[in-house]
Order: sequence, then structure tokens, then C-alpha cells
Amino acid sequence: MPRELTYREALREGLDEELARDENVILIGEEVAQYNGAYKVTEGLWKKWGDKRIIDAPISEAGFIGMGIGASMLGIRPVMELMFYSFAYVAFDQMMNNAATCRYMSGGLINVPIVVRGPANGGTNVGATHSHTPENIFANMPGLKVVTPSDAHDAKGLIKSAIRDNDPVYFMESTVLYGMKGLVPSNDEVEGGELIVPIGKAKVKREGSDISLIAHGRAVVTSLAAAAILEEQHGISAEVVDLRSIRPLDEETILESVRKTHRAIYIEENKPFCGVGAQISSMIMEQAFDDLDAPVLRITSADAPAFYSPPIEKLQLPVPEEIVARALTIC
Amino acid sequence: MASNTATPPAIPFADAPVNAALTAEEKIEMLRTMVRIRRFEQTSLKYYNDNYIGGFLHLYIGQESVAVGSISLLGENDHIITAYRDHGHALAVGMGMNECMAELFGKKTGCSKGKGGSMHYFAPDKNYWGGHGIVGGQTPLGAGLAFAVKYKGLKGCCLCYLGDGAINQGAYHEALNLASLWDLPVIYIIENNGYSMGTSQARSSAHPKEGLAARAEGYAMDWAKIDGVSLYEIRAGVQEAIERAHKKSRPTILEIMTYRHKGHSVADANADKYRTKEEIQRYMDEHDPIEFWKRTLIAEGVITEDDYKQINKEAGAEAEAAAQFAIKSPFPDESEIFDDVYWEVDNNTEAGRTGRHFFHG
Repeated sequence: MPRELTYREALREGLDEELARDENVILIGEEVAQYNGAYKVTEGLWKKWGDKRIIDAPISEAGFIGMGIGASMLGIRPVMELMFYSFAYVAFDQMMNNAATCRYMSGGLINVPIVVRGPANGGTNVGATHSHTPENIFANMPGLKVVTPSDAHDAKGLIKSAIRDNDPVYFMESTVLYGMKGLVPSNDEVEGGELIVPIGKAKVKREGSDISLIAHGRAVVTSLAAAAILEEQHGISAEVVDLRSIRPLDEETILESVRKTHRAIYIEENKPFCGVGAQISSMIMEQAFDDLDAPVLRITSADAPAFYSPPIEKLQLPVPEEIVARALTIC
Repeated sequence: MASNTATPPAIPFADAPVNAALTAEEKIEMLRTMVRIRRFEQTSLKYYNDNYIGGFLHLYIGQESVAVGSISLLGENDHIITAYRDHGHALAVGMGMNECMAELFGKKTGCSKGKGGSMHYFAPDKNYWGGHGIVGGQTPLGAGLAFAVKYKGLKGCCLCYLGDGAINQGAYHEALNLASLWDLPVIYIIENNGYSMGTSQARSSAHPKEGLAARAEGYAMDWAKIDGVSLYEIRAGVQEAIERAHKKSRPTILEIMTYRHKGHSVADANADKYRTKEEIQRYMDEHDPIEFWKRTLIAEGVITEDDYKQINKEAGAEAEAAAQFAIKSPFPDESEIFDDVYWEVDNNTEAGRTGRHFFHG
């Protein structure tokens, strides 16, 4: 029977299984070991695996992520935790120049099998510096992979794929999703004896025929709520497509959905300007123009830094009601 | 400063165990490597000026002893990583002139297939991890290479080279803290040529009066300052740090005093404005490491002036042949643009075939 696990527990289970599978897998980050993780993703892992495998880092993101990149060149498989993905910005040179371009500049002699994971979301009343959503920024860089699981099942299956991947994978989670429960199969009920979700395959989370709500990360959850309202209150059948990874991108699943529904909205908690939705809507326009019955719409967070004050901050992020209202304009 | 006379009464550091153990052949080989580096770079400069080579060309002329002396000490599990002034280290680890020259010319036969250029040489099969363009950006990577060596239970270390201008980058200080905190066998070698591009040390770095490496004390690390004109002194100092890394898994900062005869890069229009002509000439005349080593070996009776001329001639011919190899080599094909971006795509794995990885056109 599938078990009900939180997103956090599922991630932890994936990490734990990979630590058991490959002795070169290590976890490094601020408070990941003795503190059990700032968001408790790594709870219990230090006790189980010890100092060699689970390592508390000083507050030096450029230093320890750069160190992980160097170690990965020699075959270590470091999983680095950013307490907030916002802190990637202090490690930007390491994450962009060293992780992304060493393979290219060496003519393929080097690869960097590192995972950098952590929550990349707003909406938690912590102000702009801790609310960044850099998935579009990193996905812009060839050489990097950007993964954004939206539920417990995918959190486990994708972290395992990310760790096994021989390229740098930036794995963006959400503090809002950490406590969300979902069904995760136990290993004895999946083919191959373990849950693996390949990077680069989108998932249709809800089938529908009138409009495609395409999203990544927590916006998938928001879209599912909107789809339920559209169905119940407006008789509109919305399909919800979860990208799961932004780079590599599963264009086929997106296009298949749009060719069926003829209408699409991209929903994300990222900023609108040069955001993920801009890429997706451009792709739909180029490849499925004749299938569209309406312009592709984009719903994003407000184009301003994150507001601290909770009632206003909530207004900055996509909510189901906004998706419903925008959907009604094109259905 | 050691004396520069032809027959010094006693050659400083010659009696250090690691130097006393050198055979005549090994001493000649180090001379040959330094001369080969210089001839390689002089030849590359000629072809740069003839427009065969573009971009940046950061020449190592005057600093050859630092790479050659330190790399001559390394064993199977010792690694190196450096910044953008990387030609000397590349030849010192045994990369060939042909692939290094062809890389400068942007040719397919280059060590990075024409994708990296002067600043981005790599040879992991020779434990040489680049060749990095961003000042100080390689310093955490050096700590990581040392971490991996230690994690695997190997007796080894990483020599991480940086310039005196890199010591004020934050990443370097973060790496120093990690290296000391986690007992990483990494040796940071500051190649102090006195100038971070056109800004002198006095105008760029606040540091203890003992020098730049002395900042190590703030991180509870060992350090030493070494006169880079002498291969013997470099080898003695670096060997001590390597033993500390191998035996105690402790990091070290070494500051090796050296001088670049040329500008920061060939594109450095002010190369002889921020330094006086007299200063440059003085270093070329009195502190040239090749000249110093040549005189040392002649004084020891290891070589004659004619032997040196022969080595110089051979190195010049090798460099010119490398340039001809580069000229004759083809440029990369346009089809190679999307190779070497993702390991999984290059190896046509399931992960490499899943989803779209490239978004052009």
C-alpha cells in the first residue's frame, strides 16, 4: 500500500536511500547535521550516517558550494542544502561559472555531479531577501538542470534522480509544501524496487478538456484548487500539467495538453519578467499556434519584491480565485 | 635574496633533503620545463601580435619557477588547480605544447577543443583541474579537491594557485576557513607578482607586515613566505607544506615572491606605466628564475652554457612546431556547439534523452 508521507519525509527518505546506495553521497549545509535541518528535511540523518556523511557547514555558501563542486569533479556526489534558495545569490559565481561551465570549457573532460537543494518560495512572511524564486535565472544557464517537485511522490523520486544525475542539478523545494502530505509508494510496490522519477518528464496531474493550467512547484497545488473550482462552479474542465523540471523541459506533454484543450495559462510563483511562463508561452505560440483558441495567459507573483506584511504578501502570489477569474476570460 | 654570482660559496636550500635527492637529470628536466614554458609563451605572443590568437593572453614569463618547482614535488594523489595565468602549470604537469598552442588558436585540436581558450586549460588525467577565469573563483574548488582526496582516504593534497590580487576575494576567505576548520590537505600558493592587474599590492591589500600569507594566522593555519627566484627554495618550502598535508591533513598558505615580465595580459595597455621601466629591467636582470637556475646548474657542474643553449634551441623549435601544428589544425565544427554541455546528453543516457535540454531556435 502507498504510504501517506509529508513532502519533507519523502525527501528525507529519498536522501536516506541514496546515502545507503552510494558511499560517495554526502550532505553538506548549514544546520543539516546536529541541528537536524533548519526545516527538518535531514532530521535523523546525522545520527544514522555520522560526521563523515552529514556535515554542518559554516555560513559560507560560496565557500561550501564551491568546495562541493571541486569535490564532485573527483567523484564525490555532494548534496548541498541551501537553507533558503535565496542564499544562492551569495554563491552565484560558483553556481553559474564553476558548476555550469567547467564541463564545456574543458571540452567535456570534467563533469560536476552536484545537487544544490533547498526551499525557493515566497509567501512566508520573511521579506524580500528570503523569498526569492530563482528557477528562471538558473534555468537560463545551459549546463544546469532545474527541478521543482510539487508533491511528496515527486520530491522523493526526483531527489533520487538528481543525485544519480552526472550534471549539476538545482533542486528547488518549498517551505510551504514541506508539511503537505501525499501518497508515496513503498519500494516493494514499484517496478525496480525503488521510486525513481526521471528528470525531464512532466505529469498531467488532472485530466481536463477545456483549458490547460500549466505550472511548476507550489503553483501546481494552487492550479489544482483552481481546477476544482472551475469544475464545480463553472462546469469548466481544466487539465493541470506539472512541469516537474524546467530544464530539461517536457515540451511534448505541454503541447499535447494544449492541442487537446486549445487554451492555456501558465501559473508560477516566480516573477513575470523573463519568467518561466514567458518561455512556455513563447514555445506554445511557436509550436501550437493553430491549435489555440485564445492567447496564452500568464499568472505570476506580483512584479515587485516580496512584501513583508502578511495580508499584502498574500496578494502578491497566485491564488485559485485569480486563476479562475483569468480562465473565465478565455473560456 | 640569494647571491647571484656565478659560483656561490653555498647554494641556499640546496641541502634540503628534497633537493639533495635530486639527480642531475631531474635538475636539467626542471630547467628544460621552465625554458619550454618561456619559449611557448614567447611564441604565443608572436602569433597573438600577428592576429592568430585573440582574446586574453596572460603570460607567465618570469614566474616559471613557481609552477615548475612546486609541481615537480607531486605524486599520484596530489592535484593542482589554478587561475587564468595557467600555461606554465599546464606544461609543468606534462600537457603537450601542441594541444596548448592549438587551444590558444581556437582550434579543434586544442586541449579544450577550442572551447576554453588561454584561461581555461584542463587535464584531469594529469590531476590538473584548470585553468579558471574568475579571480579567486578556483579557491573553493581547490578545497573541494582536497576534501575528495581526504574523503577517499588517500594520502594526497591539492595545490591551489592564486595571484596576489585574488587574496581579497570573499570566496578565498571562505575557502580558507573551511580548509582549516575541516583539516583539508590544501596548499594555497599565492604567486605574488606585486600587481593585481595595474594596482600595486600597497594599493590593494591590507595585511600583516610579514606579508600576504601571514593572514593565515587568522584562520589558525601555517604559512610561509618564499623567494620565487630559486627552485631550491620553492621546493624546500612547498615540500614542507605537502608533508603537513599528507601527514597531518592540514592546510598551508605559501606566498611565493615572483614577478611577471609582461603586462597583466597582452591587452594590458599600461604594462609599463604602473611599473617603472627600471623596475621591470631590474627583475629581468637580477631575479629571472631561469637565469638563476641556469647559473646554479652551471656552478654545480651539471650543465654547461652550451647545454643551456641547446635546451633553449630545442624548446624554441618545439614551440614553433606547435604553432605550425595549431595553424594547420582545423577550427571546431559548428556542430560541436552543443557537445560538452551535459554529461548525460553527451553519453546519450536515458536522462540525456528525457526532456528538451537546449532551447535555441
